[in-house]
Amino acid sequence: MSIEIQDVHKSFGSLEVVKGVTMTVEKGEVVSVIGGSGSGKSTLLMCINGLEPINSGRILVDGTDVHARGTDLNKLRRKIGIVFQQWNAFPHLTVLENVMLAPRKVLGKSKAEAEAIAVEKLSHVGLAEKLNVYPSRLSGGQQQRMAIARALAMSPDYMLFDEVTSALDPQLVGEVLDTMRLLSAEGMTMICVTHEIAFAREVSNRVAFFHKGRIHEIGPPAQVIGNPQQPETVAFLKSVL
Amino acid sequence: MNYTFHWLPAFRALPEMLAGALVTLEIAVLSMLLGVFFAVLLAVASGSSYRSLRALAATWVELARNTPSLFQIYMAYFGLGSLGIHLDSFVALLAGITFNNAGYLAETFRGGLRAVPQTQVRAARSLGMGQVQAFRLIVLPQMFRIVFYPLTNQMVWAILMTSLGVIVGLNNDLTGVTQELNVRSFRTFEYFALAAVIYYLLAKLVTVSARLMAWRLFRY
Repeated sequence: MSIEIQDVHKSFGSLEVVKGVTMTVEKGEVVSVIGGSGSGKSTLLMCINGLEPINSGRILVDGTDVHARGTDLNKLRRKIGIVFQQWNAFPHLTVLENVMLAPRKVLGKSKAEAEAIAVEKLSHVGLAEKLNVYPSRLSGGQQQRMAIARALAMSPDYMLFDEVTSALDPQLVGEVLDTMRLLSAEGMTMICVTHEIAFAREVSNRVAFFHKGRIHEIGPPAQVIGNPQQPETVAFLKSVL
Repeated sequence: MNYTFHWLPAFRALPEMLAGALVTLEIAVLSMLLGVFFAVLLAVASGSSYRSLRALAATWVELARNTPSLFQIYMAYFGLGSLGIHLDSFVALLAGITFNNAGYLAETFRGGLRAVPQTQVRAARSLGMGQVQAFRLIVLPQMFRIVFYPLTNQMVWAILMTSLGVIVGLNNDLTGVTQELNVRSFRTFEYFALAAVIYYLLAKLVTVSARLMAWRLFRY
């Protein structure tokens, strides 16, 4: 049970943004991906659940080749939850309906089952009081926690977080990070693309430093953040800390 | 001014005029239903990879939006007639207004579709929804809200356009009935004023019920 990324290359037109990345994330691990903007971190995340095609290499999720012909991506995505920087709440549905939708329509759960799941997940992220409001009435932090609950409602084996706090007001960042801490404490396998270095240091088993489409350094946080070896890592950490 | 108003005959003709209003409403509703149907096809065609389909859609939209609706109806009746295709007045009017509705609504739908951010589709797909599912459950409902008011505007416009039926000989819609009454009695001002009030009320009925519907449908 793992996500295996093998020599993945990804270009947008003539611009190569991921230049041969190899990395394995084992079940139960929390891996944070740090690095400057435009370094290819988010793109790699989109490739993992097939939202973006790749140019070469392979990505295996529990042994299934994501980008192989004939892979049922809709089915594969059920076990990979993803939360975006722009939380992408469905504005026409209430908080409860946002979370119930996929379990009902994708997993075929009954209304009662889906509602029970949604209520449980929303309570888990601290939104039990907001079930019947529309997303427009929520703060950014609340919308982001709703998006996390929405992904969790599919009972995924893996969770991908794409700079989920970057678009939030500073005072709202904490509540979202707390939710992610909770998940990591429960043993959820997570890949977090993040600019929150302190958070990465605290919750990750490993930290990967991305630079210009490549992993320059990967290892335990004490090493990559505490005692970086590469000059690029040193320079990056200096600029953000 | 030495015109003496005679309102009584006009009010006596009210049942006849209301029956005409019903025909007016019937044409407007039919032209909207057909218009929406063709508009969806046009919107799809204009995004198609077939050049001929795109050209067809573009021509339709351009003509519908940039020529007088009077001409469009005239062409459906006399234009097609001179080519040997004879439509009756009702059908010709319906065809003309439908042509016009579809042209305007195609653009409305295209814009509505574009106004729903692509990230919404991405979020839906990331939850395991297929392309069709994501469109039906996420894009369509949001698009419906965006096009709702333009749609009601077009409905009002369709009601008013039906009055052009008189030029292709339609005599049982509100304008047709009014014209017949006028020719019989020459109480022009009274009859047409009353007809105008009925048109006004029909249009208001549409906008008010649309507002109520929107309030009920769009709680977000």
